[in-house]
Amino acid sequence: MSKAVLNDKKCKGCFLCASVCPKNALSDSGRINEKGYKIVALDTEKCIGCGACYRMCPDWAFEIVD
Amino acid sequence: MKLSLPDSLLRDKSSGWCPGCGHGIITRMVAEAVEELGLEENFILCTDVACGALAAYVTKWNVIGAAHGRTIIAAAGAKRVRPDQIVLAAPGDGSAYSIGIESTIHCALRNENILALVVNNCVFGMTGGQMSPESLPGQKTTSSPFGRDPARNGAPFDVVKTLGSYDIAYLARGSVSSPANVIRTGKMIRKALQKQLDGQGFCLLEILSPCPTNWGFPDDRAGKALDYMRQQQEVFYPLGEFIDKEGSKDA
Repeated sequence: MSKAVLNDKKCKGCFLCASVCPKNALSDSGRINEKGYKIVALDTEKCIGCGACYRMCPDWAFEIVD
Repeated sequence: MKLSLPDSLLRDKSSGWCPGCGHGIITRMVAEAVEELGLEENFILCTDVACGALAAYVTKWNVIGAAHGRTIIAAAGAKRVRPDQIVLAAPGDGSAYSIGIESTIHCALRNENILALVVNNCVFGMTGGQMSPESLPGQKTTSSPFGRDPARNGAPFDVVKTLGSYDIAYLARGSVSSPANVIRTGKMIRKALQKQLDGQGFCLLEILSPCPTNWGFPDDRAGKALDYMRQQQEVFYPLGEFIDKEGSKDA
Protein backbone atom coordinates (compact mmCIF):
# COMPACT_ATOMS: atom_id res chain seq x y z
CA MET A 1 0.00 0.00 0.00
CA SER A 2 1.32 3.44 -0.88
CA LYS A 3 2.22 5.88 1.89
CA ALA A 4 3.26 9.50 2.20
CA VAL A 5 6.84 10.34 3.14
CA LEU A 6 7.46 13.67 4.84
CA ASN A 7 10.68 15.65 4.52
CA ASP A 8 10.22 17.94 7.50
CA LYS A 9 13.35 19.97 6.66
CA LYS A 10 11.29 21.59 3.87
CA CYS A 11 8.13 22.05 5.95
CA LYS A 12 7.17 25.64 6.75
CA GLY A 13 4.32 24.79 9.06
CA CYS A 14 1.44 26.19 7.03
CA PHE A 15 -0.69 23.09 7.79
CA LEU A 16 -2.48 23.20 4.43
CA CYS A 17 -1.82 19.44 4.30
CA ALA A 18 -3.44 18.85 7.68
CA SER A 19 -6.54 20.82 6.61
CA VAL A 20 -7.15 18.55 3.58
CA CYS A 21 -6.02 15.14 4.90
CA PRO A 22 -9.13 12.89 4.75
CA LYS A 23 -7.80 10.58 7.52
CA ASN A 24 -6.45 13.22 9.90
CA ALA A 25 -3.04 11.59 9.65
CA LEU A 26 -1.29 14.97 9.82
CA SER A 27 -1.16 17.11 12.93
CA ASP A 28 0.99 19.65 14.74
CA SER A 29 4.11 17.86 15.98
CA GLY A 30 4.90 20.53 18.57
CA ARG A 31 8.48 20.63 17.30
CA ILE A 32 10.31 23.18 15.19
CA ASN A 33 12.78 22.41 12.41
CA GLU A 34 16.25 23.85 11.86
CA LYS A 35 14.81 26.85 10.03
CA GLY A 36 12.58 27.68 12.97
CA TYR A 37 9.24 26.67 11.49
CA LYS A 38 6.66 24.63 13.37
CA ILE A 39 6.34 21.31 11.55
CA VAL A 40 3.64 18.70 10.98
CA ALA A 41 3.81 15.12 12.19
CA LEU A 42 2.75 12.29 9.90
CA ASP A 43 1.00 9.23 11.36
CA THR A 44 1.89 6.52 8.84
CA GLU A 45 -0.59 4.10 10.44
CA LYS A 46 -3.50 6.32 9.44
CA CYS A 47 -2.08 7.31 6.02
CA ILE A 48 -3.78 5.76 2.99
CA GLY A 49 -1.45 7.34 0.38
CA CYS A 50 -4.21 9.34 -1.34
CA GLY A 51 -1.80 12.12 -2.35
CA ALA A 52 -3.87 15.04 -1.00
CA CYS A 53 -0.88 16.32 1.03
CA TYR A 54 1.45 15.98 -1.97
CA ARG A 55 -0.92 18.06 -4.09
CA MET A 56 -1.52 20.78 -1.49
CA CYS A 57 2.00 21.21 -0.08
CA PRO A 58 3.45 24.50 -1.41
CA ASP A 59 6.95 23.52 -0.27
CA TRP A 60 7.10 20.09 -1.87
CA ALA A 61 7.77 18.32 1.43
CA PHE A 62 5.80 15.17 0.56
CA GLU A 63 6.31 12.19 -1.71
CA ILE A 64 4.00 9.23 -2.14
CA VAL A 65 5.85 5.93 -2.36
CA ASP A 66 4.64 2.35 -2.87
CA MET B 1 0.04 5.15 -6.63
CA LYS B 2 3.40 6.90 -6.70
CA LEU B 3 3.82 10.65 -6.70
CA SER B 4 7.16 12.43 -6.74
CA LEU B 5 8.45 15.81 -7.81
CA PRO B 6 9.21 16.41 -11.49
CA ASP B 7 12.95 16.55 -12.31
CA SER B 8 12.77 20.18 -13.42
CA LEU B 9 12.25 21.31 -9.81
CA LEU B 10 15.15 21.58 -7.35
CA ARG B 11 14.30 19.05 -4.64
CA ASP B 12 16.83 20.07 -2.04
CA LYS B 13 16.34 23.80 -2.19
CA SER B 14 13.77 25.57 -0.07
CA SER B 15 11.61 28.10 -1.88
CA GLY B 16 11.37 31.76 -0.83
CA TRP B 17 7.59 31.90 -0.58
CA CYS B 18 5.72 32.48 2.69
CA PRO B 19 4.17 29.48 4.46
CA GLY B 20 0.94 28.44 2.73
CA CYS B 21 1.53 30.43 -0.46
CA GLY B 22 -0.19 29.05 -3.55
CA HIS B 23 2.75 29.81 -5.85
CA GLY B 24 4.53 26.63 -4.77
CA ILE B 25 1.52 24.48 -5.68
CA ILE B 26 1.14 26.23 -9.04
CA THR B 27 4.86 25.91 -9.91
CA ARG B 28 4.68 22.18 -9.20
CA MET B 29 1.58 21.83 -11.40
CA VAL B 30 3.35 23.65 -14.25
CA ALA B 31 6.39 21.37 -13.84
CA GLU B 32 4.17 18.29 -14.00
CA ALA B 33 2.44 19.53 -17.16
CA VAL B 34 5.80 20.40 -18.76
CA GLU B 35 7.20 16.96 -17.91
CA GLU B 36 4.11 15.18 -19.18
CA LEU B 37 4.30 16.97 -22.55
CA GLY B 38 8.11 16.45 -22.71
CA LEU B 39 8.91 20.17 -23.00
CA GLU B 40 11.70 20.49 -20.38
CA GLU B 41 14.35 21.42 -22.96
CA ASN B 42 12.15 23.87 -24.89
CA PHE B 43 10.42 25.80 -22.16
CA ILE B 44 10.80 29.47 -21.21
CA LEU B 45 9.25 30.84 -18.04
CA CYS B 46 8.73 34.58 -18.08
CA THR B 47 8.39 35.85 -14.51
CA ASP B 48 7.30 39.10 -13.01
CA VAL B 49 9.12 41.13 -10.35
CA ALA B 50 6.72 40.12 -7.58
CA CYS B 51 6.27 36.82 -5.68
CA GLY B 52 6.07 34.70 -8.86
CA ALA B 53 9.71 35.57 -9.62
CA LEU B 54 10.85 33.34 -6.75
CA ALA B 55 10.08 30.37 -9.02
CA ALA B 56 13.30 31.19 -10.88
CA TYR B 57 15.39 29.99 -7.90
CA VAL B 58 13.79 26.57 -7.54
CA THR B 59 13.36 25.45 -11.17
CA LYS B 60 15.78 24.39 -13.90
CA TRP B 61 13.98 26.09 -16.80
CA ASN B 62 15.11 29.03 -18.89
CA VAL B 63 13.75 32.10 -17.14
CA ILE B 64 13.25 35.68 -18.31
CA GLY B 65 12.75 38.21 -15.52
CA ALA B 66 10.56 40.89 -17.07
CA ALA B 67 9.89 44.37 -15.74
CA HIS B 68 6.89 44.63 -13.45
CA GLY B 69 3.65 44.45 -15.41
CA ARG B 70 5.45 43.61 -18.66
CA THR B 71 5.53 39.86 -18.22
CA ILE B 72 2.97 38.98 -20.88
CA ILE B 73 4.40 41.35 -23.48
CA ALA B 74 7.96 40.07 -22.82
CA ALA B 75 6.71 36.50 -23.23
CA ALA B 76 5.03 37.47 -26.51
CA GLY B 77 8.36 38.91 -27.71
CA ALA B 78 10.24 35.77 -26.67
CA LYS B 79 7.73 33.63 -28.56
CA ARG B 80 8.08 35.76 -31.71
CA VAL B 81 11.87 35.41 -31.83
CA ARG B 82 11.91 31.78 -30.68
CA PRO B 83 8.75 30.19 -32.07
CA ASP B 84 10.24 26.74 -31.40
CA GLN B 85 10.06 27.37 -27.63
CA ILE B 86 7.03 27.01 -25.38
CA VAL B 87 6.62 30.27 -23.49
CA LEU B 88 4.70 30.75 -20.27
CA ALA B 89 4.16 34.14 -18.68
CA ALA B 90 3.50 34.00 -14.93
CA PRO B 91 2.31 37.40 -13.69
CA GLY B 92 0.24 38.04 -10.60
CA ASP B 93 -3.12 39.79 -10.54
CA GLY B 94 -1.61 43.21 -9.87
CA SER B 95 0.81 42.85 -12.75
CA ALA B 96 -1.59 41.42 -15.33
CA TYR B 97 -4.72 43.41 -14.48
CA SER B 98 -3.46 46.71 -13.15
CA ILE B 99 0.06 47.73 -14.14
CA GLY B 100 0.14 45.53 -17.24
CA ILE B 101 -3.53 45.54 -18.27
CA GLU B 102 -2.69 47.11 -21.64
CA SER B 103 -0.28 44.31 -22.56
CA THR B 104 -2.80 41.69 -21.45
CA ILE B 105 -5.53 43.18 -23.63
CA HIS B 106 -3.38 43.90 -26.67
CA CYS B 107 -1.71 40.48 -26.60
CA ALA B 108 -5.22 39.01 -26.53
CA LEU B 109 -6.28 41.24 -29.44
CA ARG B 110 -3.23 40.12 -31.44
CA ASN B 111 -3.87 36.51 -30.37
CA GLU B 112 -0.20 35.98 -29.46
CA ASN B 113 0.61 32.28 -29.22
CA ILE B 114 1.57 32.21 -25.51
CA LEU B 115 0.09 31.06 -22.23
CA ALA B 116 -0.51 33.74 -19.59
CA LEU B 117 -0.86 32.07 -16.21
CA VAL B 118 -2.23 34.74 -13.89
CA VAL B 119 -1.98 33.95 -10.18
CA ASN B 120 -4.84 35.79 -8.52
CA ASN B 121 -4.47 36.16 -4.75
CA CYS B 122 -6.54 39.36 -4.49
CA VAL B 123 -3.70 41.51 -3.07
CA PHE B 124 -0.33 43.01 -4.03
CA GLY B 125 1.58 40.35 -2.10
CA MET B 126 5.25 41.25 -2.16
CA THR B 127 4.83 44.94 -1.37
CA GLY B 128 2.90 44.21 1.82
CA GLY B 129 -0.68 43.28 0.95
CA GLN B 130 -2.12 46.44 -0.59
CA MET B 131 -5.46 46.44 -2.41
CA SER B 132 -5.19 45.16 -5.98
CA PRO B 133 -7.79 45.40 -8.77
CA GLU B 134 -8.87 41.88 -7.79
CA SER B 135 -9.48 42.57 -4.08
CA LEU B 136 -13.00 41.53 -3.15
CA PRO B 137 -15.64 44.07 -2.05
CA GLY B 138 -15.23 44.46 1.71
CA GLN B 139 -11.80 42.83 1.76
CA LYS B 140 -9.47 44.38 4.32
CA THR B 141 -5.99 45.10 3.04
CA THR B 142 -3.20 47.35 4.29
CA SER B 143 -4.37 50.14 1.97
CA SER B 144 -8.09 49.55 2.61
CA PRO B 145 -8.19 48.89 6.38
CA PHE B 146 -11.98 49.30 6.54
CA GLY B 147 -12.59 46.98 3.59
CA ARG B 148 -12.75 47.70 -0.13
CA ASP B 149 -15.65 50.00 -0.93
CA PRO B 150 -16.74 49.59 -4.60
CA ALA B 151 -18.32 53.08 -4.54
CA ARG B 152 -14.98 54.64 -3.63
CA ASN B 153 -12.42 52.19 -5.04
CA GLY B 154 -14.27 50.83 -8.07
CA ALA B 155 -15.50 47.32 -8.77
CA PRO B 156 -13.08 44.40 -8.94
CA PHE B 157 -11.76 43.54 -12.39
CA ASP B 158 -13.21 40.36 -13.88
CA VAL B 159 -11.04 39.07 -16.72
CA VAL B 160 -13.83 36.87 -18.04
CA LYS B 161 -16.11 39.85 -18.62
CA THR B 162 -13.32 41.69 -20.46
CA LEU B 163 -11.66 38.98 -22.55
CA GLY B 164 -14.76 36.76 -22.75
CA SER B 165 -15.81 38.10 -26.13
CA TYR B 166 -12.30 38.19 -27.68
CA ASP B 167 -11.13 35.81 -30.37
CA ILE B 168 -8.56 33.93 -28.26
CA ALA B 169 -7.81 30.22 -27.91
CA TYR B 170 -8.43 29.61 -24.23
CA LEU B 171 -9.78 31.45 -21.20
CA ALA B 172 -10.28 29.60 -17.95
CA ARG B 173 -10.17 30.02 -14.21
CA GLY B 174 -8.88 27.38 -11.80
CA SER B 175 -8.17 27.27 -8.10
CA VAL B 176 -5.88 25.55 -5.60
CA SER B 177 -8.38 25.50 -2.73
CA SER B 178 -8.63 21.69 -2.54
CA PRO B 179 -6.83 18.61 -3.94
CA ALA B 180 -9.71 18.11 -6.42
CA ASN B 181 -9.34 21.68 -7.70
CA VAL B 182 -5.56 21.22 -7.92
CA ILE B 183 -6.04 18.18 -10.18
CA ARG B 184 -8.62 20.03 -12.32
CA THR B 185 -6.38 23.09 -12.64
CA GLY B 186 -3.39 20.90 -13.55
CA LYS B 187 -5.43 19.55 -16.47
CA MET B 188 -6.21 23.12 -17.55
CA ILE B 189 -2.47 24.01 -17.62
CA ARG B 190 -1.73 20.90 -19.69
CA LYS B 191 -4.54 21.73 -22.10
CA ALA B 192 -3.37 25.34 -22.51
CA LEU B 193 0.24 24.24 -23.17
CA GLN B 194 -1.04 21.74 -25.74
CA LYS B 195 -2.95 24.56 -27.44
CA GLN B 196 0.28 26.54 -27.69
CA LEU B 197 2.00 23.48 -29.20
CA ASP B 198 -0.82 23.32 -31.76
CA GLY B 199 -0.41 27.05 -32.51
CA GLN B 200 -3.97 27.97 -31.58
CA GLY B 201 -3.20 31.39 -30.09
CA PHE B 202 -3.52 33.32 -26.83
CA CYS B 203 -4.40 31.34 -23.72
CA LEU B 204 -5.12 32.98 -20.38
CA LEU B 205 -5.53 30.83 -17.31
CA GLU B 206 -6.27 32.57 -14.03
CA ILE B 207 -5.58 30.55 -10.90
CA LEU B 208 -7.08 31.63 -7.59
CA SER B 209 -4.42 31.28 -4.92
CA PRO B 210 -4.23 31.86 -1.16
CA CYS B 211 -2.03 34.55 0.39
CA PRO B 212 -2.28 33.62 4.11
CA THR B 213 0.30 36.21 5.18
CA ASN B 214 -1.54 39.19 3.72
CA TRP B 215 -5.04 37.88 4.35
CA GLY B 216 -4.32 37.67 8.08
CA PHE B 217 -4.03 33.89 8.42
CA PRO B 218 -0.36 33.53 9.33
CA ASP B 219 1.58 30.32 9.70
CA ASP B 220 -0.35 27.52 11.33
CA ARG B 221 -3.73 28.99 10.45
CA ALA B 222 -3.15 28.85 6.69
CA GLY B 223 -5.79 26.11 6.44
CA LYS B 224 -8.32 28.85 7.24
CA ALA B 225 -7.24 30.63 4.06
CA LEU B 226 -8.64 27.70 2.07
CA ASP B 227 -12.03 28.19 3.75
CA TYR B 228 -11.86 31.88 2.85
CA MET B 229 -11.12 30.93 -0.77
CA ARG B 230 -14.09 28.57 -0.97
CA GLN B 231 -16.53 30.90 0.78
CA GLN B 232 -15.50 34.25 -0.71
CA GLN B 233 -13.03 34.13 -3.58
CA GLU B 234 -14.58 31.28 -5.57
CA VAL B 235 -18.09 32.68 -5.09
CA PHE B 236 -17.08 36.04 -6.52
CA TYR B 237 -14.85 34.59 -9.26
CA PRO B 238 -16.57 31.44 -10.55
CA LEU B 239 -14.33 28.62 -11.79
CA GLY B 240 -14.53 27.00 -15.19
CA GLU B 241 -13.57 27.21 -18.84
CA PHE B 242 -15.06 30.21 -20.62
CA ILE B 243 -13.39 30.08 -24.04
CA ASP B 244 -12.13 26.83 -25.47
CA LYS B 245 -11.60 27.05 -29.21
CA GLU B 246 -11.24 23.74 -31.03
CA GLY B 247 -11.32 21.76 -27.80
CA SER B 248 -13.49 19.72 -25.51
CA LYS B 249 -15.19 21.21 -22.45
CA ASP B 250 -14.25 18.50 -19.99
CA ALA B 251 -11.15 19.66 -18.12
